[in-house]
Amino acid sequence: MRDFWRRYRRNKGAVVGLVVLVAVIIMAATAPWIFPGSPWDMASAPFLPPGEMDMLLGTDSLGRDVAAGIAHGARISLMVGAVSTVAALSVGVTLGAIAGYLGGWVDDVVMRFTEFFQTIPSFVLAILLVAIFKPTIGSVVGAIAVVSWPPVARVVRAEFLSLRGREFVQAAEVLGKSRIAIVVGDILPNALSPIIVLASLMVATAILLESALSFLGLGDPNLMTWGFLIGSGRSVIRLAWWMSVFPGLAIFVTVLSLNLVGEGLSDALNPRLARTR
Amino acid sequence: MEVAKLPGFLARRLVKAVLVVLAIVVCNFLLVHAAPGDPASVMAGQAGAADPLFLEQLRRQFGLDQPFHVQLWIYVRSVLTLDLGFSHRQQAGVAGLIADRLPATLLLTGAAFTFAVVGGVTLGALAAQRVGTWMDSLITVLALTFYATPLFWVGLMLVLVFSVWLEWLPSFGMYNVGAGLVGMAHVLDVAKHLLLPALTLGLFYLAVYARLTRATMLEVQDQDFVRTARAKGVPEGRVTRAHVLRNALLPVITFAGIQAGQLIGGSILVETVFAWPGIGRLAFEALLARDYPVLLGVFFCTSVIVVLFNLATDLLYALVDPRVEVG
Repeated sequence: MRDFWRRYRRNKGAVVGLVVLVAVIIMAATAPWIFPGSPWDMASAPFLPPGEMDMLLGTDSLGRDVAAGIAHGARISLMVGAVSTVAALSVGVTLGAIAGYLGGWVDDVVMRFTEFFQTIPSFVLAILLVAIFKPTIGSVVGAIAVVSWPPVARVVRAEFLSLRGREFVQAAEVLGKSRIAIVVGDILPNALSPIIVLASLMVATAILLESALSFLGLGDPNLMTWGFLIGSGRSVIRLAWWMSVFPGLAIFVTVLSLNLVGEGLSDALNPRLARTR
Repeated sequence: MEVAKLPGFLARRLVKAVLVVLAIVVCNFLLVHAAPGDPASVMAGQAGAADPLFLEQLRRQFGLDQPFHVQLWIYVRSVLTLDLGFSHRQQAGVAGLIADRLPATLLLTGAAFTFAVVGGVTLGALAAQRVGTWMDSLITVLALTFYATPLFWVGLMLVLVFSVWLEWLPSFGMYNVGAGLVGMAHVLDVAKHLLLPALTLGLFYLAVYARLTRATMLEVQDQDFVRTARAKGVPEGRVTRAHVLRNALLPVITFAGIQAGQLIGGSILVETVFAWPGIGRLAFEALLARDYPVLLGVFFCTSVIVVLFNLATDLLYALVDPRVEVG
């Protein structure tokens, strides 16, 4: 663990990313206390520029506080990012493990299925799914999970293929362990590092996807999100630039910090690969 | 690859492409049936409020009272004869609506793609030649930045800077509607409107290709055949262009194929921001009206475009790389 931290710290960008990410998480966690009340409520006069009348980031067309919207939106963005990644991981790891461990025709079928999902335009599918199943937080998370599991399946399959023939797996087989025990207890722990790195990048992509969906008006209508803020600022960009600039910066900073953390994790978990970049 | 093997290779790829298209049709069919409510009202695009006569007609047309597999067969047959349904809202066939909008989208994605490949490969090659200098770092930072920025927000910021503040470029549409320009003036007008959307859509992929080209060029640079070329006394510029870059381009081709779907997905956002009259904008309008036949049609058409594009990159790859195993 100490070794891990030492290697992680060597990547300066990753440290900055982690600090920023923790700050965003704290902002999300404390939003109800810093900005009490609903972010949908009118807080001041409409179209106040940033800084005026105690409104740090200005107000929107209905006098709502943009800063409050961003803080409350962070909760939704992080939550959607995390939950949809967990869902996508569970599908991807299961399919990848089955394909990689069993091989043969099962592998063929699973990989064709994965390829299919990688070929079709995933964002169009996500839009279609959310539109057909009505925009709720559940359908948004589901749609993001449906379009983001294929890379996980591929990575896990490749890991399983290479680990399957190793001595420790053969030893476990000779000992008479069941297949499931071998897959979960012996192979999976050894395949974890690429999965962890991938997961941090997936949270970032999921946040981008969620913001794009709610920008198009496909967010849960009861929840304040960053994409919704930008979408509502779009038509009045000539009047109130701050309405779309600040939420976009929030997305950018969060996604960038997640990507940096992902690179740091990759350096720390694969010490041999770290210096070849 | 030997030219004689090409037809067999192409045939296998074609079969695969056809299977993917069929799977997409089935996917659409399942979506219509998985949707909450009556499939007929989903296809009518106005859940709950549709005119009963029209619903009855849809039920008959799609055999909704028949067994499931018969319905599937009817649906697949109608889509494969390019009958993508009817948009009750726009009072027009979906296939026609999409065909009208397709050229604008192809122009936008084509321009963005060209910009991304040419710019990305150039920047990546520059970065690889100057590893560790400020230029290399700048390109890496730019790539990281565009990786993390939402596409639609980049578009809005470009509008803010170039249309609102500087007033250099138009912020929406494809041409000046009232001006009635013809000939060269019209082409210039469209180009002016195209600049910002194509830039928005292309910047992300430019970053992707720049990183990819840099990484593969660094890898190829150390290989034996490059050293041999240098030892033979081939000029440095020629080594870079003919030996290193040419080999480094192969992963870029592969990646371009993989990303075709994302490029088209991104065009929905960009067309929405810039009111570009393509299928992305059509999808957005359909979304607002919950016009499901149009949405399903857009999904089908964009998927087919991606499949065709993949076919083209496969062929290109096979022609460019002599080592490619057929199959």
